Formats: sequence, C-alpha cells, structure tokens
Amino acid sequence: MILPLEHLLVIEDSRVAEAARVDVSDRMKSRIPVVLLACGSFNPITNMHLRLFEVARDHLHQTGRYQVIGGIISPVNDNYGKKDLVPARHRVAMARLALQTSDWIRVDSWESEQAQWMETIKVLRHHHSELLRSLPRMEDPDQGSASSPTSAAVPELKLLCGADILKTFQTPNLWKDTHIQEIVEKFGLVCVTRAGHDPKGYVLDSPILHRYQDKIHLAREPVQNEISATYVRWALSRGQSVKYLLPDAVISYIREHDLYLRDASPERNEGLPTQGGPTSSFPTTSS
Amino acid sequence: MENSEKTELVLLACGSFNPITNMHLRLFELAKDYMNGTGKYKVIKGIISPVGDAYKKKGLISAHHRVIMAELATKNSKWVEVDTWESLQKEWTETAKVLRHHQEKLEASICDLQQNSPVLQKPGRKRKWAEQKQDFSEKKSLEQTKTKGVPKVKLLCGADFLESFGVPNLWKSEDITKILGDYGLICITRAGNDAQKFIYESDVLWKHQNNIHLVNEWITNDISSTKIRRALRRGQSIRYLVPDLVQEYIEKHNLYSSESEERNVGVVLAPLQRNTTEVKA
Repeated sequence: MILPLEHLLVIEDSRVAEAARVDVSDRMKSRIPVVLLACGSFNPITNMHLRLFEVARDHLHQTGRYQVIGGIISPVNDNYGKKDLVPARHRVAMARLALQTSDWIRVDSWESEQAQWMETIKVLRHHHSELLRSLPRMEDPDQGSASSPTSAAVPELKLLCGADILKTFQTPNLWKDTHIQEIVEKFGLVCVTRAGHDPKGYVLDSPILHRYQDKIHLAREPVQNEISATYVRWALSRGQSVKYLLPDAVISYIREHDLYLRDASPERNEGLPTQGGPTSSFPTTSS
Repeated sequence: MENSEKTELVLLACGSFNPITNMHLRLFELAKDYMNGTGKYKVIKGIISPVGDAYKKKGLISAHHRVIMAELATKNSKWVEVDTWESLQKEWTETAKVLRHHQEKLEASICDLQQNSPVLQKPGRKRKWAEQKQDFSEKKSLEQTKTKGVPKVKLLCGADFLESFGVPNLWKSEDITKILGDYGLICITRAGNDAQKFIYESDVLWKHQNNIHLVNEWITNDISSTKIRRALRRGQSIRYLVPDLVQEYIEKHNLYSSESEERNVGVVLAPLQRNTTEVKA
C-alpha cells in the first residue's frame, strides 16, 4: 500500500510508514530481497498462518534492509506421523484456496510429495536452490561464457515461524544442532511472537541462537489473534462455526470433502477444556 | 425439544464498527452456536447496527463508510445483515431505544403475517387459561407453527460492554434495567470468571443474571478496531484481520489516518453529554 503524499507529512509514524511502504527506487536497489518459507502441518490453514506472512513482511520492511519478494507455504509430508493429519493433497488444496487472493504467497507441494518426511533444513536447501535456479543469469567476464547470478540480486530464503517453534529448538533430540546452526547461519529466521512465549529469552538461552542472533528477526504481531488449528479441528468436529477464522473457500472445501468430522479425544487437544461443546458455559447463567 | 417449542432469536449488535473486523463477525457465530446449542432457542437473524455520527466518539469516521464496510463484511453471510436505522437518526439514540425499535419491527411483521393467515380452532374445544393468556401473541393455527411466538431480540456484545455499565453517566439506570429485563444480553467473553465476578458485584446485573448469557471465546482474539486503525496509520498490514472486501475498501478510500483519529477530540461523548445534562436539570 503506497501512502499518499499528505501522510508522509504527518510526523507521527511517518518514518516507519515511509520505510515500510514508500517506493523509493534508491532504497529498493540496496535492499536484500527475501523469500519467506513457512513449514508446518497447515491442518487446516487458518487466518493466523496467513497473518504470519503479513506481520513478517511488515517487520522486515520496517528495518529498511529487506524487500520481501515472495512467500512459500510448505505443508508437511503425511509421513510426519502427527495425529489427525489429513492427507497432504487436502492440506495443499486448502492452502491453495486460502492463497487465491494473495499476490505474493504461494503453496508448494514438493515437501508433501516426497516419499518420506524430511527435516526442515532439507526443505530450506531445496527451495534455496530452486530460487537460485530461477534467477536471471548475468554474464561473468572473469569466467568467460559461464554465467552466475549477480550477488546483489540473490534473494535470501528465511524460515518463517511462530515463537512456539523457536522454543522447540530446546526440545532434546527434536532438532539436530548442526541443522539449527545451518538454519540460522545460512538462511535466517523470522519469528512471530505468540502469547505465552518469550522469544528473546529462547534466543539468549541457546548458545547457537545467541551467536547468530542478528540473523533472527523477532517480529511482533500487533494484533493478537491466536487461531490454533487444533481449536479449529475441535470446533469442526462439534459442528461449530469456524467462519472468519479461516477463509470461506477453505471452509467450503472442508465441508465438501467431509474433513475433520471425527471428534478428537481430549488427550489430543491439550490446553483445551475437556468439558467443551456448545452447551457448556458458566453455572450461574441460564441454559 | 422440538422446533415448535423453541424461542426464535434475533441477535442485535450495536457499536461503532470503526471499522468492522473478523472479531465482530465471530461474535455472531459464537452466539448462534451457543444459543442454538442450549436446545431452547433458534437464532434466525443477526443485525449489525452501526452507531450514528452524533455519538461523537474520538476517531469515528462517517456512518456512510462504516455501514458500507459492514455490508461488505456480511456479503457472504446467510443470516447476518446490516441495519441503518440507528445510523440515520439525527441525534444519538440510546441502545434501549434501538432494541425497542427492532423488537417492535419484528412484532409488526409477525402481526402482518398472522392477519394474512387463517387461524382455525376446533369448535367447542375448552381453552386453558394459559392458552387464552398467550392467545394475543401466539395464535396457533392447526397447521404447525415452526416456533413459539414472536422472535425475541437480544443484545450481542463483548465483556467490555458489560463492564461499561459501571462507567458513571454512560448509561441511565432505567435503560440498563430495560436492556436486561425486557431483552437480555449475550456476552462473548474470554475471561468468563471476570465477567461472572462483575455480575456478582452489581446488584442490577445480579438481579437479571438469568437474562445474561455468557459465552466463552476460547481463541485469544484481540482484533480491536483501535488496533486496526493504529496498524493502518503505521502502514502495517490488516489482511486476514478484517474481510478482504473491507480491507480493499479502506485502502481504496484511505479511510483511516492521523487526521481521522483526531475527530471529535475534545468533544464530549453523546451519552455522557445527555446524561449529565439531564442530571443537572
């Protein structure tokens, strides 16, 4: 969104707005192009997933150093083995529907189509090489006819995630240390805050993260909106409305394909009240 | 309970809707699921009633835009619609009056329906006292009526609304009594315990607690219009927080800015103005 001139004259927030939105060609040339990659179940995709991208983009633009040129949603492989995971073809289709109206984010099914589950680092490496392959080639005088992408134009691929994922780096044996290092050192992380998480703390507590803290961008979501996919699945299995939590097109798809109908057991929904459902409320009110 | 015994409900939400957000729309969905889920009610309609400009709230942009945004937001809804009566009034209108307007409108349209349909009764049938009493509002024909009587309007709101009853001079006490006694509240709250405590600590709320339905919102959903406006001033994205059509409309018309936020600064809010004036008089 390009702000009209009169808004630039307003002192309040103008510098921020200018950095984020104004199309100044000089600035553009020196900004590092970035593509954001989000890995996850997307089971199903929700408005909150989509928000992560918007918040991350705003944050990176605000630093003045980056220009976000694309976003990729990579739904996890079915062999990940997470409970209640609906087949990848559905999760990919739903993400595609959700992104119909986005002009910069797309879904990629490569990860979900592999024979087995693969570590996030492999997905990052794959998309990074794809990114390099798709760049316009420039003649390199030193190497004769061989061509290489200009270093100034090479986009950086960054892993986009919520603060809860950052915390999982601490879980023993969940991530390989060498992978964590490669993720932050070679690619970089954009981490969007979530309620109940202290991402700064996670970074300081981890030697690897601490060392590469300048490659970890902590973006603050100004409008807290905690739409957990777990909650959405629970609501769907109870016949409750999820309208305005997910795009309408995704809801239609879920209904057409009878997804998420089975009521998940309480153990699968930690943190949610076990006495749930439409008729439970507070004892003092009439029902 | 069969459909024939359920009370039909219309949910009315009053507010600035400056702008309308996904959170406002969620209130309707949550309330409908909850009330239908009790088995006693059938929610048939939702009404969004944006407040008139005469309310004089800080940052309130013209009702014209707020109504259009609400209409865009409910374009894909099968049961929630926008009503402009309140926004078109020249002076600010108390919520109790808006409730009364919509309840009377419902009653009038039911009367029209009943006048047009024949009411048959078995000859010689002894009518019970209860039936006679209800006869005025519940003329049952031999053909099955779907629900019990005239639909009831209930006020749909968030917990902040409930707590606003405590703000001095914001509400007339007789209005609070009318709203709670004649109509009822459906209050969507994240912190149910706080709302219960608030009800407990207020005599008038306590008295009408059976007419206050607390519905829990499990999702931490903080999409306040204030934050939306702030994000817009800072050039931040509001996508996926408001319906796409609303976001596009705001962008196209450049609705919110530092200037628009300064509207009504220094002006007393209409209910405060009216209630303190009347107290003095």
